[in-house]
This record gives sequence, C-alpha cells and structure tokens, in this order.
Amino acid sequence: MAMSASAELSKAVKQQYMELPQGDKVQVMYVWIDGTGEGLRCKTRTLDSEPKSIEELPEWNFDGSSTYQSEGSNSDMYLIPSAMFRDPFRKDPNKLVLCEVLKYNHKPAETNLRLTCKKVMDLVENQVPWFGMEQEYTILGTDGHPFGWPNNGFPGPQGPYYCGVGSDKAYGRDIVEAHYRACLYAGVMICGTNAEVMPAQWEFQVGPCEGINMGDHLWVARFILHRVCEDFGVVASFDPKPIPGNWNGAGCHTNFSTKEMREEGGLKAIEESIERLGKRHSYHIRAYDPKGGLDNARRLTGHHETSNIHEFSAGVANRGASIRIPRTVGQEKKGYFEDRRPSANCDPYAVTEALIRTCLLSEEGDEPVDY
Amino acid sequence: MATSESASLSKTVKQHYMDLSQGDKVQAMYIWIDGTGEGLRCKTRTLDSEPKNIDDLPEWNFDGSSTYQSEGSNSDMYLIPAAMFRDPFRKDPNKLVLCEVLKYNRKPTETNLRLMCKKIMEMVENQVPWFGMEQEYTILGTDGHPFGWPSNGFPGPQGPYYCGVGADKAYGRDIVEAHYRACLYAGVMICGTNAEVMPAQWEFQVGPCEGINMGDHLWAARFILHRVCEDFGVVASFDPKPIPGNWNGAGCHTNFSTKEMREDGGLRGIEDSIEKLGRRHCYHIRAYDPKGGLDNARRLTGHHETSNIHEFSAGVANRGASIRIPRSVGQDKKGYFEDRRPSANCDPYAVTEALIRTCLLSEEGEEPKEYSK
Repeated sequence: MAMSASAELSKAVKQQYMELPQGDKVQVMYVWIDGTGEGLRCKTRTLDSEPKSIEELPEWNFDGSSTYQSEGSNSDMYLIPSAMFRDPFRKDPNKLVLCEVLKYNHKPAETNLRLTCKKVMDLVENQVPWFGMEQEYTILGTDGHPFGWPNNGFPGPQGPYYCGVGSDKAYGRDIVEAHYRACLYAGVMICGTNAEVMPAQWEFQVGPCEGINMGDHLWVARFILHRVCEDFGVVASFDPKPIPGNWNGAGCHTNFSTKEMREEGGLKAIEESIERLGKRHSYHIRAYDPKGGLDNARRLTGHHETSNIHEFSAGVANRGASIRIPRTVGQEKKGYFEDRRPSANCDPYAVTEALIRTCLLSEEGDEPVDY
Repeated sequence: MATSESASLSKTVKQHYMDLSQGDKVQAMYIWIDGTGEGLRCKTRTLDSEPKNIDDLPEWNFDGSSTYQSEGSNSDMYLIPAAMFRDPFRKDPNKLVLCEVLKYNRKPTETNLRLMCKKIMEMVENQVPWFGMEQEYTILGTDGHPFGWPSNGFPGPQGPYYCGVGADKAYGRDIVEAHYRACLYAGVMICGTNAEVMPAQWEFQVGPCEGINMGDHLWAARFILHRVCEDFGVVASFDPKPIPGNWNGAGCHTNFSTKEMREDGGLRGIEDSIEKLGRRHCYHIRAYDPKGGLDNARRLTGHHETSNIHEFSAGVANRGASIRIPRSVGQDKKGYFEDRRPSANCDPYAVTEALIRTCLLSEEGEEPKEYSK
C-alpha cells in the first residue's frame, strides 16, 4: 500500500492559490470516455462567462491517438458537451462537462455508447423508465494493493467489514465521505453509500434517474471518485474481481422500473420483463462489461453473492440469482427489480439500453434491433 | 524525486505575515530574461502608490555580470518596464512587471528579442495577427527526476496518462490548478490546460494574443509557473527532451492566424503561408529554440508525434507534420494553422517574429531582413 507523491504536496499552499479570485473567467473541464470504454480523460478550457446551460458550451476536439481512439495521421476527434455539473474541485462558477466523442467523420467513436442509448431512451420516454445503480469499487494504493491491507499479506477473512465501523473494519472512509459531498455539490443524484464485504471495498448508489440521466450521472460520479482518490493519493478500481480467491468481487447491480411497474399490480409487468430477460441471457452478459463478458467471467462464479455467468435465474430476496425481486416488492405487488449481473466496470449506457431493448421493446435474439 | 527544504517551511507562519496590511506602499517585482535566453530573474522595489499603467513604472537597473549578461567592470544594465500584471503571490495592489533589458549603451542585450519583435509586429498591425501557444513542461523533483516517478526507475509506458485522472495517471495536478488560478488572477490570457502523454508532463495554453502580447503573456505565465513550483518545492523544466528514449518530448506548438485567414475563404491565405514556410525551414528551426536548433534536435525525431527536424511537412489533422491544419479549419476553409516545431524552451518573441517575417513580410533566405525605420 502506497500513496502517490502528489499527495505529499502542500494542500495549504494549494488552498492559497485556489482562493484567488478569477474575475469573470470560468474554467470548464471537459470529460470523456477513452478507447478502453472504461478510462476517463479530461482537459480544461477558459470561457469568458458562466455557461447557464449545455447549449452554451462550445464543441471541442482532442488528439485521439493518445487515448487509444485513433491513428496519429488522422487523430482529431470531436467532443460534444452532453451533461453539465458544478465543479466540486474548483467550485462555482466552474463546471464539469461530460461529453460524447465523435470520430473525424462525425460518427460516434467505438466506445461512445451514449448516442444509441439516448435514441433508445427516446423511444420509450412515455413509459418513464427509472434506474438506480449500485456502484461497487475497491480502493488501492499506487502499488496496486488494496488500501489498508498489510504490505505482503491479507486482512482477516470477510465477515466484520460490511457496513462496518472502526479502523479495523473500515478502510478509507475519508474517500467515501469526500466523494459523497462532492457529488451532492456537483448535482449528481447520489442516494447512498455503504462499506462492502471485502475490506477497502465500498459502494455508492446513484438514482433514481430517468432514461439517459442514469448513464450521465454514473459516469460523472465515477470521474469525481477518481479525482477525489487522486487528491488523497490512492486509486479507485472498478475491476470486477480485484483479488482472486475467497474475496468478494465488485458489481454494479442495476435497479429498474417503469411507471406501470411502480403502480398498482405492477408486479405483473416485472414478471414479464424477467421472463424476457431469461430468454436473452447471453446478449445481456455481453453488454454488462466492456469485454463482452470476459471481465464478469472472473466475478460471476455462483459464489460470493453472485449468480453463475452461464445460468439465468430469478427469485424474491435471492442474492445468488441473476435477478432479485426485493421482498417488499413481492409483498406490495409493485415496485422494481434488481439485475445483479452488471460488472463494476460496466458502461451504464450499455446496461440501461439493454434493459430497455429487452424488457420494453421486446427484442429477442443475440443482436440489437436497428430502428 | 525530492521536494525542496523551502517546501517544509511553515506556510501558516508565512500566511500570518502576508496578511499584514501594507498601507499605501506597493511592491513591484521586475522580471527579466537572463543571458541564457531561457532563465528568468526578478527583484522587487517599493513604490509609494499603485501604478495604474506601465508608464507609471520607473526604469531600473541590475548587475548583469551576475546573470551571464555583462562583464564585472561594466555591468550595469537597464530594466525597461514592458508589461504589467497583478501579482498572484503578493496579491493586490502589488504587481509583476516584465521588462526589456538594455546594455550600458542602451542597445538591446543579446537575449532581448522583444525589441525587434515589437518593431516587426507594428509593421503588420493592420493584418491583426493572433497567436496561441501550447506550452508543454515537465515537473521534476529537486533531484532532477520527474515528479512522482519511482526513485530508481520508470512508470509504466505511455498510453494512460494523456488527459488522465487518478493518482496512478496524473502526477502533480496541484501545481497545474494553482498555476491556472494564479494566471487568471494576474491577467495572463491562459485559455486551457491538460495532462500530457508522459507522466509528470503537463501543458497550458496561452492565447489568443495579438502581436507582441503573445511573448509577454507567455513569459509571464512561465515566471508564474516557476514561482508556483518553487512554493510546492518542485521544479518546472522546459527542456525539450527531458528523458531520452520512448518518452515524449516537450514542445510549444504555435497557432497563428491573420484577419484574412479567419474570414471566409481564409484557407487560401493559410496555404500561401505554409508554402512560404516550406521554403524557409532552416531559418525557422534556428529561431525555434535558444540554441539555434541544437535543443530541438533531441526532440524532433519524427517519432512521438513530432516531425523530423531535417524535413518540412504539412497536413490536415496530421500530428507527425511540421505544420498541422486542424480538421475543422480544413472543413470551414478558414481559421488558423499550427506550427508544431517550436521547442518548449523557445523564446516566444523569436517564434512569433519569425512567423510574421516569413508569412506576412514574405521574407526568404537564411537571414532576417533589416527594415530601416
């Protein structure tokens, strides 16, 4: 376990600089997903006044050959502002702007999954789809070892850590607390946090978000987490199985409902959706991590509160199933259901789009329909 | 990697003193370029009231034999205030003043390239030349090793660091954030920042600046960076190839346009300029680093998104060329172009002057033309 050199730089000195007034100038940090489909990149520009809405933000471009996205001889790629948030690092009036990436010919980059997601969400707007995603992650030192773990070894076995308190149970709570506040300030719909089963593993939940907002808010929450960890000198990992063996993996359980499911008798629509999902397991597994299922294969073993990657199952209050119906929902006969399959490093645009296609657009088979 | 002793001094103690009021007295820090053409020097004087513009600032002098600029027997040199900024370290009403240096006989020193640059800029004022310069630099510890790199080794290869986020990707962001705010406060036209391809390497952009302002604002931004790094106990290096081998160098890509190029059909003016530049490659290479091309020879290899120092090339969206025309400019048929050859330690006065001489004054050959005034 090791913290970065940057963490040793004087924060008092930095604070003095950050308190300098900036006149009318505004710093806008453009954030985008790189060629890996998991990594985030960012750069900043100065604007002459505070943008009040996304329309006021100019398009920009960047060198895609340095982000695994294009060749050096034809490397310009476009950044299209998509969602704007307050900047919790530089504070008001400065902004964070999540962007879509287009190639030189204005077609979406391979890892720009937002474009299609938005089109699909627009098709089912009247069904008012809500999502809530439970993002698990592990805090690592810059040496890649989980934060707080003994240098060349392991902590005691899992059991006392989940929702734990005390320095022998909770490793790195400062990061969680800082991240929560930063998200609230930014306007991200963060709705909760808890310590997870493996020590140095944590979870935050984002939602309920309607439609395309789920992907936007989760990606921004991830960016804020990386920046907060950077400030503390540690690293946030979304790897779905950071430590092999008898240690929990990290997922991104996705809760889903429509207006119909939330109303009286909605359980019927929930069960219909689950039936459709049961007939399309492979398609969803491919959509639920950035490597078409290879990452999740290390995590979905059937142990450690996961379902087996090769089998689809559903059940009330069953954490070993692919789909879990919360007990309260089973009792009230309305509400939502939880898809436990997505990996911690999934692309939320891909996950939410897949759920809409299968459950609301009644698609079948291994390929998405072209509308 | 090591931070300086000064960084360990109590900043709280310092803050107490900096909070003391100063009455009507004003501190003006005079800044100048020394005999190396790369180094900056500074000293401060007290004034009795806040200077409102550059004309309120008196001429001064200094000992040039201590800055590689003169002999001890005849060492007085003159400091002529040229551009004034707010002081982000001492804050209002104190000032930073960038100065030109004159020798004892009132002639410009060897490294005072501003005087000639200003004359050239005045000749083409009506063409409204705009510049934007992308200053790359590397943060080093006081031991000369890049900041955040393992003590006796190297980080993982380049790929994840460009515009990266996270403690394993971005080394030293505090410096960048502090520098950005300090420049905004000072009135320097800083228009952006990003993490660069090599870890501990960063870039900031200054512009768009018209004429002589480009050099003034970039030198002031560099001074502010050195002072910010000093406060944090690290060092900013503008060396064009700080680490040999498969690690990116540091440049100062220079974007340029005239009123004509920015208007409809301006692409024609851009292409004309590029053609002229193509015929004068050696002259520009000599102007683009403080050692007549020797520094850039370590950087312009044709790899790591550079062009080869011996060849001139140009292309749309091509980062391996000497001149890159941004794709949007190729599409809109107007805008600006980017000269990717200048080294990170170039003198912006020399760079901007060379561009004007070749592109707007249509000079040719190895030597600059002398214009009688």
